[in-house]
Amino acid sequence: MSTPFEIVVCGSLVPDPLQTLEPASGPSGPSLKNEMMLPAVLDPWAGHALYEAANLALKTPGSKVRLVSLGPKAKLQQVMMTVAQKVPFELVALDGPASGFADSFETAAALAAAIEALPGLNKARLLVFGGWESASRGAGSTLQMIGERLGIAEQFLGVDQLTVLQEGSMEILERIEGGRYQVSVCAAPPAVLGWATGRLPEPRNNPQVGMANMRLIMPALQRAKAAPLANAGLCYASVSLPRQQRETRVVKDMPAEEIAREIVAWMRED
Amino acid sequence: METILLLAHTEPGGALAKPALEALAAIRELDGELIVGLVGSETQPAANQIAGCGAARILAVTGEAFAQPRYATDAAAAEALCRAAGAPIVIAPSTSRWARALPGVAYRLGGRVDTHATSLAAQNGAPAVTRWFYRQRMEAVLTRTQRPWFMLLDSGCFPAWNVPAGEAVVEAVALEAPQTRTAVTGIQAPKADEQTIRPDAKLLFVAGAGWTKKQADGAPHPKEAEELILGFLRASQSSLGGSKSLVDLSGEGEAVLGFMTHLNQIGQTGSTPRHPKGLSTCCHGEEPHVVGWRFVHQRRAVNLDPNCGWARGKADVLYVADAFEVMRHVNRLLGT
Ligand SMILES: Cc1cc2nc3c(=O)[nH]c(=O)nc-3n(C[C@H](O)[C@H](O)[C@H](O)COP(=O)(O)OP(=O)(O)OC[C@H]3O[C@@H](n4cnc5c(N)ncnc54)[C@H](O)[C@@H]3O)c2cc1C
Repeated sequence: MSTPFEIVVCGSLVPDPLQTLEPASGPSGPSLKNEMMLPAVLDPWAGHALYEAANLALKTPGSKVRLVSLGPKAKLQQVMMTVAQKVPFELVALDGPASGFADSFETAAALAAAIEALPGLNKARLLVFGGWESASRGAGSTLQMIGERLGIAEQFLGVDQLTVLQEGSMEILERIEGGRYQVSVCAAPPAVLGWATGRLPEPRNNPQVGMANMRLIMPALQRAKAAPLANAGLCYASVSLPRQQRETRVVKDMPAEEIAREIVAWMRED
Repeated sequence: METILLLAHTEPGGALAKPALEALAAIRELDGELIVGLVGSETQPAANQIAGCGAARILAVTGEAFAQPRYATDAAAAEALCRAAGAPIVIAPSTSRWARALPGVAYRLGGRVDTHATSLAAQNGAPAVTRWFYRQRMEAVLTRTQRPWFMLLDSGCFPAWNVPAGEAVVEAVALEAPQTRTAVTGIQAPKADEQTIRPDAKLLFVAGAGWTKKQADGAPHPKEAEELILGFLRASQSSLGGSKSLVDLSGEGEAVLGFMTHLNQIGQTGSTPRHPKGLSTCCHGEEPHVVGWRFVHQRRAVNLDPNCGWARGKADVLYVADAFEVMRHVNRLLGT
């Protein structure tokens, strides 16, 4: 039987992707217009990391999954109502900005400190998971800096598959250029893995799991420490929306053959 | 402008790939003193390849231990080069290899990092970085006071600089390979004729879930869909993208379009590829999908629904038509 893992998933919330976003500027830098009113969801790639973590824990009895989340407390609570129903985990909440404009360096500092402070953490078995990029900042730089702060130099980015091999080592598939995978074997934890989509569908809501999770999530939210981020030394000169609208030519009632000719001619243009 | 270190890793054989030459082009516009730092099993060929780039120094960490992309060895090599160069600005192409390793190196040096830069400009003698936030929904220009400041430049944003080659002098930076528990064991690539992701293709062809839905005759036609799509890809050498709905279906093992994987997904939780043209078929054009088209310049769509998302300013042309029929004719015209 394989030795249990200590899995810590780093993940926060982002605005629901169906929302229209507009930048706003304030004294502490840019933000989103009506940010606190926008419905939020669990950051999708971090979500995949969480589901992969739960699946690995299920296959490796004795393993523990903790989700470390830095976000505005009230919004975290909202998002946890649905996330809690997906898979079993314990929450460690930090009350601070989940904004895309917050610096990854400071976010990593806050998350690494929270991981260091986890009671009973067995660092030798630690797997730090997260999304390979957030849907807010989209930087793909937070996990590496968490790893550095925790002294972990076995790091992987764009992971779609983790297989624990017989002798306890881990085979890891990372996305690389041109739709290919780099295959690596990491002899043992600790390691940092930034997940892409993984291989699992989103779990169905399970109210029982939800109830069990919420018993611990509510006190965790109450305990959430303030984690203000200063964005020191970072200055946004401008934040703007792209030109949204194109003048769409809608072509109706054109025979398919003629459409095909038009498309082929367009493809051949330089 | 402050001194700039370009970090580049070599390919097997020791040459530099296009993203490194694009980064050189970007740096050239900034007009600061340039130092080049190379990493790989061989580095002299790369140095010769860019001998005419005007670098004040070319430094290199060379050795078998640094041949393969791996966090521990790449981070150590990059760290050693940064310390040897002492440059306040570090610029690198955003390859999968550097994207994995360099943010940690920025931390080691007490610096900061910005990734996915799409443009660099000089503002008051310092660089300003342009990058996108919220999955390509808004674009920001930012500057930083901390140094070293690392910038990873997305590929496809600058034309590669065709640097005059020559004989370059390389300063070796000695580095013992760090301990690592990771061994790179190989690459998994689709067979050449099953390769559907072609980053350099002129056209992105997107297939949506409509290809698997019931058609006018009341039945789905996945077999024909597969033949039409694969036939088109072969004839046009375009790159294949998919909507989330379609790749999720394929992932759930339903009998649909077996060649479609999550790697093909375009959009919010997929990729944002760069192609001059894009053709969308049987895809509704919802916002979470279309944010992945940010860097596709000319866009056309074929959809039965005149009110689909593409009609609302997201495409240049929407053909309201049956994609099965249209693509049958297109393939015939392309000679398949
Ligand atoms: C958190 C989150 C993240 C998401 N991320 C992504 C993402 O990264 N990428 C993404 O794509 N989506 C994403 N989505 C989902 C997105 O909102 C849409 O649900 C999805 O893009 C719909 O896919 P579709 O257009 O292929 O399918 P559908 O909405 O089912 O549309 C099918 C279309 O096919 C057309 N059609 C059918 N038959 C024909 C025919 N014979 N000829 C022509 N047209 C035909 C129909 O008219 C219809 O417009 C995300 C959603 C959420 C909530």
